[in-house]
Amino acid sequence: MSSVLVEQGGRPGAPVIERSEGVWHAAWRRFRADRVGLVSLAIVIAFLVLIVLAALGFTARDWQREVGVPNAPPTLLGPAPPEAAGVIEVPQGPNVDLSAVDPLAPRYKEWEERARQFKTEEIVKAETLPLGGDRLGRDVLSKAVKGTQISVFVGVLAAVVATLIGTVLGAFAGFIGGKVNDFLEWLYNVFEAIPGILLIFAFAAVFGRGIGTVVLILGLTGWTGLYRQVRSEFLKHAQREYVRSAEAIGASRWSRMFRHILPNVSHVILVRMSLLVVGFIKAEVILSYLGLGVPVDQVSWGTMLAEAQSELILGHWWQLVAATVFMAVFVTAFSLLTDALRDALDPKLRGLE
Amino acid sequence: MAAYLIRRLWQMIPTLAGVVLLVFVLFKFFGGDPAEILGGLNATPEQIDAIRQQLGLNEPWYVQLWIFVKSIVTFDWGKSWATNEAVSNLFATRLPATLTVMLPILILDVIVALPIAMWVAYRRGSLADRTIMVVTTVALSISFLVYIIVGQYLFGFQLGWFPVQGWSDSTLTNLTTYVPLPVMLAVMVGIAPQTRLYRTFFLDELGQDYVRTARAKGLTEGPVLFKHVLRNAMIPILTNVSLALPSVFVGSFLIEVFFSIPGLGREVLLAVNRSDYPVIQAVTVYLAALTMVINLATDVLFKLVDPRVVFK
Repeated sequence: MSSVLVEQGGRPGAPVIERSEGVWHAAWRRFRADRVGLVSLAIVIAFLVLIVLAALGFTARDWQREVGVPNAPPTLLGPAPPEAAGVIEVPQGPNVDLSAVDPLAPRYKEWEERARQFKTEEIVKAETLPLGGDRLGRDVLSKAVKGTQISVFVGVLAAVVATLIGTVLGAFAGFIGGKVNDFLEWLYNVFEAIPGILLIFAFAAVFGRGIGTVVLILGLTGWTGLYRQVRSEFLKHAQREYVRSAEAIGASRWSRMFRHILPNVSHVILVRMSLLVVGFIKAEVILSYLGLGVPVDQVSWGTMLAEAQSELILGHWWQLVAATVFMAVFVTAFSLLTDALRDALDPKLRGLE
Repeated sequence: MAAYLIRRLWQMIPTLAGVVLLVFVLFKFFGGDPAEILGGLNATPEQIDAIRQQLGLNEPWYVQLWIFVKSIVTFDWGKSWATNEAVSNLFATRLPATLTVMLPILILDVIVALPIAMWVAYRRGSLADRTIMVVTTVALSISFLVYIIVGQYLFGFQLGWFPVQGWSDSTLTNLTTYVPLPVMLAVMVGIAPQTRLYRTFFLDELGQDYVRTARAKGLTEGPVLFKHVLRNAMIPILTNVSLALPSVFVGSFLIEVFFSIPGLGREVLLAVNRSDYPVIQAVTVYLAALTMVINLATDVLFKLVDPRVVFK
C-alpha cells in the first residue's frame, strides 16, 4: 500500500491511499459479468419478495378458505362438466303435494318466517380457479405461494442452524486443537457413522412434528460437512502470519478466531450454506410428504405432493404441476446462483459438490 | 496390514460407544415415556407402572444403559412394541426385500452413469456437455417424489407395463415383475447426480500428464480412454460406491413406501410413525456398526486396487 500525494481540486495535498480490492468487491465484479448468475439472482430475489409478502399476510392469507368447488380445474381449461349423481335418474318435476298427510305441514309457513330473519351468506363456490383447486376446493395458487414460504423458510433456517453449529465446532476444533479437537472429532465420527436418513428418522421419532422440530432435526443432522470444511480452513489459517501478529499484539483466542480468521473463511461458509439450503428444502419436502414435517394445519410443497398423489389417479393434475413448477424453478435458480457465487468468490472451490 | 486392521478396529470402539450413547440419550431424555406408549390410550396407572417395572425404567440410568448395551451385544432387542414381532426376526425377513431392490439400483447406477460421464467429460465444453449439465441441474431440482408419482401413474396406471405396487414370495417373480419399475425410476433419478460426480472424476484424470504422454506416444483414443483413464478413474468411483453401500441397507424408504415393498426402510418409517422405539434403536445401532465396518473394508480394498496407497 503506497501513499500518493495527489492534487484533488479543492483539497490540495490530501493523501490518496491505494487499497487493494477486497474479496467481496472482487467477487461482486466477477459475479456481475456472469449472466446466468444475474438471472438466477433476479429469480431468487423475486421469490424472496413473494415469501416476505406471504409471511406478512399480503398474499395467500386465506389459503385455507374453500373458495372453489372440490377439484376445480384451472381457469384455462374451463369448468368441469357436471357429473351424474348416480345411476338412478333424479325426477325433474315439482314434488307431490303431501300437505294432506304431512303432520308438520301447518308449521311450515311459520318456520319459513323465522328462518328468513337470520342472515345467511350465500357463498358461491367458484367453478374454476387460476391454478385449479384441490380436493377441498382450496386455491392451489395460494397454497403454492404459502407452501413456498414455509418450505423455503424451513430450508433456510435449518441451513443457518447447521451452519452455526458446524462453524462454531469447526472453529474450536481447528484453532484450539488438542483435547477439544479429539472430542469434536469423536462427535463428528459418531454423527457420520449413522446414515443420514436414519438419524433424521430417529430424531423425528423422538421430537415429533412441527416446523420448529423439522428445523432442529435438519440442523442437528446436517452440520458435519460444514464442520469438516471449517475445521480444515481454521487449521490452515491458524498458522498464518496475520494470526500470529494478532496474538503478538495481545488479541484473545476468541478475538483471533472470530474477528480475524472468520471473515477470511466466510466465503467458504457462504457457499457451503447455499448448498445446505437446497439439500434441506428437498429434505423438508420429503419429510412433509411422509407426515413427519410441518403440522397438519400448515401447507408446504411436501403436503401438496402428498395430496396430489391421490388426485392424479382421478385425473386432477394441477396441484402436482403447481408444486413441482414452483419448487423446480426456485431450486434450479438457487443452485445456479450458488454455482455463480462459488465461481465469483473463489474458482478453486469448484468440486465442493 | 494386520497391525493396521487391529488398530482400526480398536479405534472403532469409541465411535460405536458414542453411537450407543447418542441413541440411548436421545430416546431416554427426549423421547416419550415407553410405558405409556406400550400401555396405549386406555391403560390404567397400575398397568403403566407394571410395564415400567418390566422394562426396568425405574432403575437408575446407568443400569438402563447396561441393559441397553446388553441387548445390542446379544442381538436380543425383545419384541417390537407395535406388532409384537421379535426385532431380530424383523431384520431377517425385511432385509432380503430391501436388497432385492437396492442392489440392482446400485449396480445399474454405476453401469449407466459411467459411459455418459465418460463421454461428457471427453467432450468437455461442447454443446452436448453444457446441455447435459443444464438438464441435470433442472432434473435435480425436481423432487424425487414427483418422479415416483408421475412414473407410477404413467408406467403402472396408464400404460400398464408394470404393476403399480406389490411383492411376492419368490425372488424370481420379484426380480421380473415387481422390481423393474422402482429400479427404473430410481436409476433415472440417480443418473443426474452420479453423472455429475463421475464427470468430475474423469475430468481430473483427463487432465493428468500420463494422458498427454500416452497420446504423444501415438496411442489412439480408444486405449487411452479405456485402458488408462478408466482404470484410474475407477478408484474414486469404487470409493463412492462403497460409501453408498450402507444406505443400500436402509433401502430407499420412499421407494418401499410407494411400491409397498416390505423392506427395512419401510419398517423404520412405520416404526417412527408408531413410536416403536426398539426397532428404531436396533436399526440405528446396527447400521452404524455396519457403516464403520464397510468403511474399513473400503480402505483395505483401496490398498489392493491402488498399490501406491500407504497406510499410516
